[in-house]
Amino acid sequence: MANPVLEVKNLGIDFGGLTAVNNLNMEVYEGEIVGLIGPNGAGKTTVFNLLTKVYDPSRGSILLDGKDIARMTTVDVNKAGIARTFQNIRLFGKISVIDNVKTGMNNHHAYSVADAIFHTKKRNESEKRITEKAEELLKIFNLYDSRDIEADSLPYGAQRRLEIARALATEPKLLLLDEPAAGMNPQETDELMNTIRFVRDKFAISILLIEHDMSLVMNICERIYVLNYGTLLAKGSPDEIKNNEKVIKAYLGD
Amino acid sequence: MKGIMNTLFGKKNRSRTISFSLVILVYIVIEILMHAIRMPRLFTSLLVPVCCYIIVALALNLVVGFSGELSLGHAGFMAIGAFTAVAVSGLSASAVPNGMLRLFLSVVAGCIVSGLFGLLISVPVLKLSGDYLAIVTLAFGQIIKSLINNMFLGFDKNGLHFSFVTNEVSLENGKMLLSGPMGATDTAKISNFTTGIILILITLFIIYSLINSKYGRTIMAARDNRIAAESIGVDISRTKTLAFVISAALAGMAGALYALNYSTLQPSKFDFNTSILILVYVVFGGLGNINGTIISTTLLYVLPEMLRSLQDYRMLIYAVVLIVVMQLTNSSRIRRFADRITDLFRKKGEE
Repeated sequence: MANPVLEVKNLGIDFGGLTAVNNLNMEVYEGEIVGLIGPNGAGKTTVFNLLTKVYDPSRGSILLDGKDIARMTTVDVNKAGIARTFQNIRLFGKISVIDNVKTGMNNHHAYSVADAIFHTKKRNESEKRITEKAEELLKIFNLYDSRDIEADSLPYGAQRRLEIARALATEPKLLLLDEPAAGMNPQETDELMNTIRFVRDKFAISILLIEHDMSLVMNICERIYVLNYGTLLAKGSPDEIKNNEKVIKAYLGD
Repeated sequence: MKGIMNTLFGKKNRSRTISFSLVILVYIVIEILMHAIRMPRLFTSLLVPVCCYIIVALALNLVVGFSGELSLGHAGFMAIGAFTAVAVSGLSASAVPNGMLRLFLSVVAGCIVSGLFGLLISVPVLKLSGDYLAIVTLAFGQIIKSLINNMFLGFDKNGLHFSFVTNEVSLENGKMLLSGPMGATDTAKISNFTTGIILILITLFIIYSLINSKYGRTIMAARDNRIAAESIGVDISRTKTLAFVISAALAGMAGALYALNYSTLQPSKFDFNTSILILVYVVFGGLGNINGTIISTTLLYVLPEMLRSLQDYRMLIYAVVLIVVMQLTNSSRIRRFADRITDLFRKKGEE
């Protein structure tokens, strides 16, 4: 198999006396779509917060393309190549849809404050490229027609799609999706699945996603990690997970 | 050049076109009026101060409206700009006899010094999240006022003389620039309305250029959602510092213009009340609303002056007007009504 993009080794975090995640080992390979599932409170979002350094891990290491990012800041982790969406949507509500996406591109298009104020050629060319790229992303996520409205006034499903578009704008190697299908109807979920696959192929990235919608997970994930009480319960292909007794027990109880 | 023209009058940004047209139009009308008829002294004396307060309110709106941080010390930055400008203007009076050039130098100096102070206080404070900036700027405003209140600065042929305690500055045939609580005395009045308007236009240009660039987007992103902004690689403290420093520099510019409009100026002019007054202009005009800021500053500055004849009732009426307008602009019914009217006009325009 190809090289691992993400390699998590013995990752753990304690909040006071409570161990939320412990001894987690996982890999995500190039071009893979990997699922992270588990019952409520299993620590899935905590893992995402550790990977993006919202929390500092108490132990373990996180390797992105072989480089340890466990001591970086959230901003540097994004620059290194991890982008994410949030379980409770976090958009920039009072700026326009297209500006939300454009904000994601800042680190790849450098021009100075003086360039901005004096409208230099550098600024204008950068802005033109940013706009073109942002429009392209909005078209992929079917948001192009609402590009000029405030992000807050988008319908729920569209807000979820915009968050993914904004994360992709940072040109990540690894995209973390936290419940991308939450609150969507079956038809929207179907469309989302196609979009996720399309995005993976077009931008050649790896995707790690948390999701409760099992039809989505079983459909698009190539491998699945199951988390329970902060530790790894099982890992394997969708079929293996479906038939794993420990997983069934964790979800349904004894 | 084409890019600049596009920014000023491009179709895409209506608010921007309105701002520039509004300011230029008002300028032309007032200039014509001043040449055609004899305007009362009360009116003409308000022109430059209004320009100054518009600039400083626009500057504060960059912090409060766009960056989402609270500053309670913008009068402090005005004071720094003002007294820097007085000193520069006084020192260069013989070297640069041309008033316009001296004004330019003084305004630039006021701008830079004030911006540096802005950098000095915002770098440590904006590393923290929370309301710390409000607290620090509140203290900063008071400290600056007290400092200038106790500062004696003069120069003669032996050079600059400076004292912090009492007026120990003895000059041989020289000139006092700052004399403690008396402030600046005998300043050459070199500000004028045209310069004020030009500085407003420059301020508008800087602010619009900034908010329509990647920097503006990060400033607003950091305001709307800190965690999400960090997750897409926005350095929050740097972004907020940028907005604050530019705002401080512009406030200094306004102060410089203000100081050079009067022959005497006391430091007590730039006290806490002035900071709050500027904040009122910004809130009244709408957070992040540039045209609103211009209009509200003009109205709220001119209104109390116009009501002078009513003496004691003056501040009462001012307060009532403030409350009524704030209530009205926040009422959803009035908003809907305003939306219907604008829709009506738009339809007519399309036909």
